[in-house]
Amino acid sequence: MSIKSYLAHPYQGKKNELIKALSSIKQCEVVPAKNKNLLILITDTKDNLEEDSIKEKIEAIESLKLLAMVSGFNT
Amino acid sequence: MYTSVLTDRRSFIKKMAMLSAMTAAATMFPGILFAEEQERGLPKSKGLDWKKAPCRFCGVGCGVLVGIENGKAVAVKGDPRSPVNKGLCCVKGYHSVIAIYGKDRLTKPLIKKNGKYVETSMKEALDLIASKMKETIKDHGKDAVSIYGSGQWTIPDGYVASKLFKGCIGTNNVEANARLCMASAVTGFMTSFGMDEPMGCYEDIDYADVFVLWGNNMAEMHPVLFSRLLDQRSKRNVKIIDLATRTTRTSKASDRSIIFEPQTDLAIANAICYEIIKNGWVNKSFVEKHCNFNKGLTNIGYGLEDKFKFKDKPQKISFDAYKKFLEDYTPEKVSKLSGVSVRDIKYMASYYGDPNKKIMSLWCMGINQHTRGTWMNNLVYNIHLLTGKISEPGNSPFSLTGQPSACGTVREVGTLTHKLPYGVVMNKKHREIAAKIWDVPVENISPKPTYHTVEMFRALDRGDIRFMWIQVTNPMVTMPKLKRYRDAAKKEGRFIVVSDIYPTPTTDIADVILPAAMWIEREGMYGNSERRTQYFEQMIEPPGEAMSDTWQLIEVAKRLGYEKQFYYKKETHIEEIYNEYTKFHKGKKHGMAPLEVLKKESGVIWPYVDGKSTQWRFNAKYDPATTKEGFDFYGKPDGKAIIWQRPYEPAAEEPDNEYPYWLNTGRVIEHWHSGSMTRRIPVLHKAMPFAYVELNPEDAKRMKIKTGDKVKLTTRRGNIVLPASVNERGIPAPMQVFVPFFDENFLINDITLDSFCPISKEPDYKKCAVKIEKV
Ligand code: SF4
Repeated sequence: MSIKSYLAHPYQGKKNELIKALSSIKQCEVVPAKNKNLLILITDTKDNLEEDSIKEKIEAIESLKLLAMVSGFNT
Repeated sequence: MYTSVLTDRRSFIKKMAMLSAMTAAATMFPGILFAEEQERGLPKSKGLDWKKAPCRFCGVGCGVLVGIENGKAVAVKGDPRSPVNKGLCCVKGYHSVIAIYGKDRLTKPLIKKNGKYVETSMKEALDLIASKMKETIKDHGKDAVSIYGSGQWTIPDGYVASKLFKGCIGTNNVEANARLCMASAVTGFMTSFGMDEPMGCYEDIDYADVFVLWGNNMAEMHPVLFSRLLDQRSKRNVKIIDLATRTTRTSKASDRSIIFEPQTDLAIANAICYEIIKNGWVNKSFVEKHCNFNKGLTNIGYGLEDKFKFKDKPQKISFDAYKKFLEDYTPEKVSKLSGVSVRDIKYMASYYGDPNKKIMSLWCMGINQHTRGTWMNNLVYNIHLLTGKISEPGNSPFSLTGQPSACGTVREVGTLTHKLPYGVVMNKKHREIAAKIWDVPVENISPKPTYHTVEMFRALDRGDIRFMWIQVTNPMVTMPKLKRYRDAAKKEGRFIVVSDIYPTPTTDIADVILPAAMWIEREGMYGNSERRTQYFEQMIEPPGEAMSDTWQLIEVAKRLGYEKQFYYKKETHIEEIYNEYTKFHKGKKHGMAPLEVLKKESGVIWPYVDGKSTQWRFNAKYDPATTKEGFDFYGKPDGKAIIWQRPYEPAAEEPDNEYPYWLNTGRVIEHWHSGSMTRRIPVLHKAMPFAYVELNPEDAKRMKIKTGDKVKLTTRRGNIVLPASVNERGIPAPMQVFVPFFDENFLINDITLDSFCPISKEPDYKKCAVKIEKV
């Protein structure tokens, strides 16, 4: 059971695409910056297995340039 | 750490995760905004009651909405109605309510007995304070008691402090920490215009084409305002020029970063004026109609010795004499001194000189905390006056404040030794006005200023001051050359009262600690950088016996026998005080909005005349107080502003063979000043857990220092060991280091120098000489 937050950097011009792709994943919550090419991503998963598979899915998104974890909490 | 009863643990943790990411993003991308999310991330509940207040922290003065739920403050969002921030907040503002609920809040008065603090009742503590004050006055005279407050004092706090000490007791021993940050801005305004505070307002940002930031790391210190600059850049082709001694987040977000050698800003400003005159960019008719030229004394000293005195002797000069003086400041000569290229000097001058470009100069501590701080303020005004780019939308020299009410309380109420709410103690008429409103004999108010802040602590050391009451500030972290003043406070025969919300190094020196009510636990007003007065109601109960600073002072005043002057009723005292205070400012030049208007609006800019704010002063188009066509600088008897001849003079202590580096100190975005509140906000504390020393990467390489290595800093005052930071947040120029002062575990001020501007008496925290060694 973990909650993690990340800074997600989209490729130039791909911010909306990335928002869309991440938002379609149930365990993800996306918070786009209003004025920068950056998103905050919060993942909420029930176990390690789910977390790993979500992470894999996210990293496969083409519009994602870089994903940097900021914090992790176990609930 | 509190949790809202209406949000479950999981969603609370989610919110914390999001806030950590926002904090990280804010430190990486200056001015980054998540406006919508600031709303979406908040607890949603019908039980939430949103109430408006100005932010507790910086001088930007953002309007916030505080969510109250079952008597607790649980959330903050930017107030979309506030013209200051238009719904935005920075990380500090967004987390501000968490600072209310730290585990170690002071809730009971404490009295030191046999070296130990024991809990007592508020009544006993206040009785003791009053009796100690009486005893000190009887034994040592009224100038042996003093109060040291803050730009975080609300307007009523500062007002009753001034009335009690200046009006009733009869001592001018009233000072505030704004002396350490804004005093040079005040003396700059007074010498150039005869009236304090900016002529323009934040709306200037929406009209300016160019922004020159003079030693002002706005991205970290005034983040919401800086985001307004970046917002303009995304909409229009505006230019941001960062003129600084260190590469910061601001430099990285600017269009041009120009680095100069410390103290040479004096020469750079003069070089810009030289170029303006040489290229025929002077607005001749503006200068002829609205300006005089003056020079003052030179080689004015640095205030390093006790009882240092200085009085300037202004002398009128001609334009030709001024022009001749500037010949020493050709771009070529200044380039050698400052390290700024001739091209960059000309580049800045050309923007100031271009009649088709509207330009804002913005500054804060870089210019003010300067041994020639008053001169630097004068010099920036010179540039705007020579070109006539002043007092109109977008053309604006804008001195920013650091604290939420440095303007509203310290400058407008006048909680400095020489000030009164209207005018100065030296002026008989001003004393008469104060005596009448305060209902005290005019002879009570002494015509002589006593001690400015540094000298007040020196007087405590010498024994001239025996009693000091410190409210809403943490001088045992923030005084320069701190060790001397910490030892002073601990001397026999000194009695120190500290009112605060948390234990700090300053409560450590107290004989009595009073728990204070914080921000929305009481009613009050702040005044921000753009002359905006903002009201907030009491929204929650203070913990335990905590009491507002205003009411603490009233209780002691009554015990000292001043019931007549402190007639205020508990339920209505803030309103009564505000109504009494605004009598000082009646009229078109400083009229303040009535309280019922403040209660409705997200702040009101003064002068408030016939139901309207005056956004641009001194310009007949906007300011009803003007009596001439065009511009009327009515702070001066002839309505003319002054262009000052002020030379470059070196800093009080410059690097030499023994101490070869410059030491610069300052703030970081996560922490509010000495960190006593923000270090109790877990997300902010985690994001910036301890202080460090920033080194230039080349210097670090030469000394084989990596980030995290221990580095010893030694000055003539002592030494301190700090972890190194290389190529991280800020990058100092070669042979310079930077240390933030928020961390009470690394008291950098133990080794800073207490030199100050002889005119403003504001210390220079930005420059002294230091030796660096890897430990
Ligand atoms: S910029 Fe200043 S006033 Fe605005 S939210 Fe941040 S700390 Fe508060």
